[in-house]
Amino acid sequence: MSALSRTLAGRGLAKHNLAGAFVVGIPILWIAFFMLLPYGIIVVTSFWLKKYPSFIPDFQFGNYITLFTDPQYVLVILRTLKIAILVSIASFLLAYPFAYYLVFRCKSAALRAWLYMAVIAPLWVSYLLRAYIWKTILGTEGVLNSLLINVGIIDEPSSIFLYNQFSMVVTLTYIFIPFMVMPIYTALEKIPTNLVEASADLGMGPWRSFWHVTLPLSLPGVAAGFTLTFCLSFGDFIAPFLVGGPDGNLIANVIATQFGAALNWPLGSALSIVMLVIVLSIVSLSDRMERKGLTGGL
Amino acid sequence: MAAIIQLENLSKHFSPTIIGVDDVSLSVEDGEFVTLLGPSGCGKSTLLRMIGGFEKPTAGTIRLADKDVTWDPPYRRAVNMVFQDYALFPHMTIGENVGYGLKMMKLGKSEIETSVIDALRLVELQDKIDQRPQQLSGGQRQRIALARAIVRRPKVLLLDEPLSALDAKLRELMQIELKHLHEKVGITFIMVTHDQTEALVMSDRVVVMEAGRIAQEGKPQDLYDHPKSPYVANFIGTTNFLNGTIDSVDGSRAVIGMNGASLNADLETAFSKGAAVTAGIRPEKIRVLADGESAGNVLSGTVAEVIYYGLGLRLSVKLPGGEKVYTDRILPDRLAQTSVPEVGQPVRLGVDPQNVFVFEGRIEP
Repeated sequence: MSALSRTLAGRGLAKHNLAGAFVVGIPILWIAFFMLLPYGIIVVTSFWLKKYPSFIPDFQFGNYITLFTDPQYVLVILRTLKIAILVSIASFLLAYPFAYYLVFRCKSAALRAWLYMAVIAPLWVSYLLRAYIWKTILGTEGVLNSLLINVGIIDEPSSIFLYNQFSMVVTLTYIFIPFMVMPIYTALEKIPTNLVEASADLGMGPWRSFWHVTLPLSLPGVAAGFTLTFCLSFGDFIAPFLVGGPDGNLIANVIATQFGAALNWPLGSALSIVMLVIVLSIVSLSDRMERKGLTGGL
Repeated sequence: MAAIIQLENLSKHFSPTIIGVDDVSLSVEDGEFVTLLGPSGCGKSTLLRMIGGFEKPTAGTIRLADKDVTWDPPYRRAVNMVFQDYALFPHMTIGENVGYGLKMMKLGKSEIETSVIDALRLVELQDKIDQRPQQLSGGQRQRIALARAIVRRPKVLLLDEPLSALDAKLRELMQIELKHLHEKVGITFIMVTHDQTEALVMSDRVVVMEAGRIAQEGKPQDLYDHPKSPYVANFIGTTNFLNGTIDSVDGSRAVIGMNGASLNADLETAFSKGAAVTAGIRPEKIRVLADGESAGNVLSGTVAEVIYYGLGLRLSVKLPGGEKVYTDRILPDRLAQTSVPEVGQPVRLGVDPQNVFVFEGRIEP
């Protein structure tokens, strides 16, 4: 009897394990096959040697040395860093007051829901379309030019608004700002109102209370927002293409060229790895900051 | 003694139908420990929050030490609040939390440090100065919240259900500790609670609130022994209510006719013959009579239920008219079961006329 039940239990366990292996195994296989393997290939390729007209397997650091010594590539990396930082800062400056208003000042729950939706909704619209919109706004025939002409600030259409780094920052800020608003909103919403009241009770005016209580407690959200917008704009490929102009190439465009027209996969792979390292460093940095915020610096 | 807080016709109407506080006038003496007592939704917290400056009244004035502070924001009032869930800043150490309120007081660094350490010593937690609120127990956080509020030497300390988050044992301990703290620092305390024991144990004066208004205020003992309404009689302690009619009045002594019984009662207010009234009797003022024993009032009935609660016995006795009354008896000796009545047994209950409250009108049983 007991032997039988043990066998049954054993079978049940085996069945259970099989199902478990299935549930866990499929995603692991998926990730291994479609993520780790490609990364592996890229890492390996980044050490290969470019040999006209193609490239040959090798193990040498030439590609990385080129990236950090050829001013052309150094410039692109720096430019991409600059654009990503500017986009993050611009998004933060716009998103924080907005999220603050929604959480603390907006009395009507309906209005709050609508405004929040208004920020999120563009995410459902095609990315390409949203980038194109800025082309029509900033272009010489665009909305901005005709407005300025009508108001009388300028006499003839100006081309200074489009195809430069300014238009790239504007477009990317517009596209990625939801990723700044969402974490900040969440962080602010989590702050108990009685902490702000306690601060006022202890003699601090609204500005000081904000500086000493609200802002520090919302920093994890700010860090998350910075990480998201930074990483997204750092790897962006379309905005430079559409509104960036001749000197607006970012890393992603260069990588695309290396894998395409230039047919230099090794260099493209090396550039991808550099990009990956930068993004991962930012993510782990912000992760550490968030953790620190959660435990109050412990 | 001078009044430190004067509330004059203070009201807070959230909307025409939602009334938080309705025309409350109250004066609190300097150094007093006053408790606002009532069930949730009676307006006690709103009243406290108006004194703290967190809610703006819709009518009336608030005076703090003879100065009109009705429209002052919280950071311009010399009052401090101990919040219900303490509201300690999670991103600061205990020392920074307690010192937070001193930043704006134009003190030197060493002065702040001394004050913080003194305040922490007062609540006996000076060794926690470098820890974070998250590392402390509920009772310790409570004491830190107190230290943080007291360190500013406010004229009035407001306490919003300060003990409600603590477990029963700790709460009992903190009641006494808070009372001692009040005596030590000499600051006026205004506390909000829904716990009548807390109110009775700690306060000099209790203000019972009902639907935004003051139902009755007075010393704990006055409220317990002389409630002016069934609401107060039932909120502070337990009371048996019996509906009846005044059958006759002779000086301050009245006879109340009830369903098949009558009750002699000492009146505190005048009633005329024939008035509909409710008699209120505290369970512990009713005793089970021994054979041949007599009392100012004798009610007979049968035991419906026996409830043992360690400290004593509570009997539910069914009267001939169908009403049930509770009677409490402390058991002074262990194993006194010999005298415990059984369910269904007939008993005679004795009540002295002076222990019968008489309220105007009848209440639904």
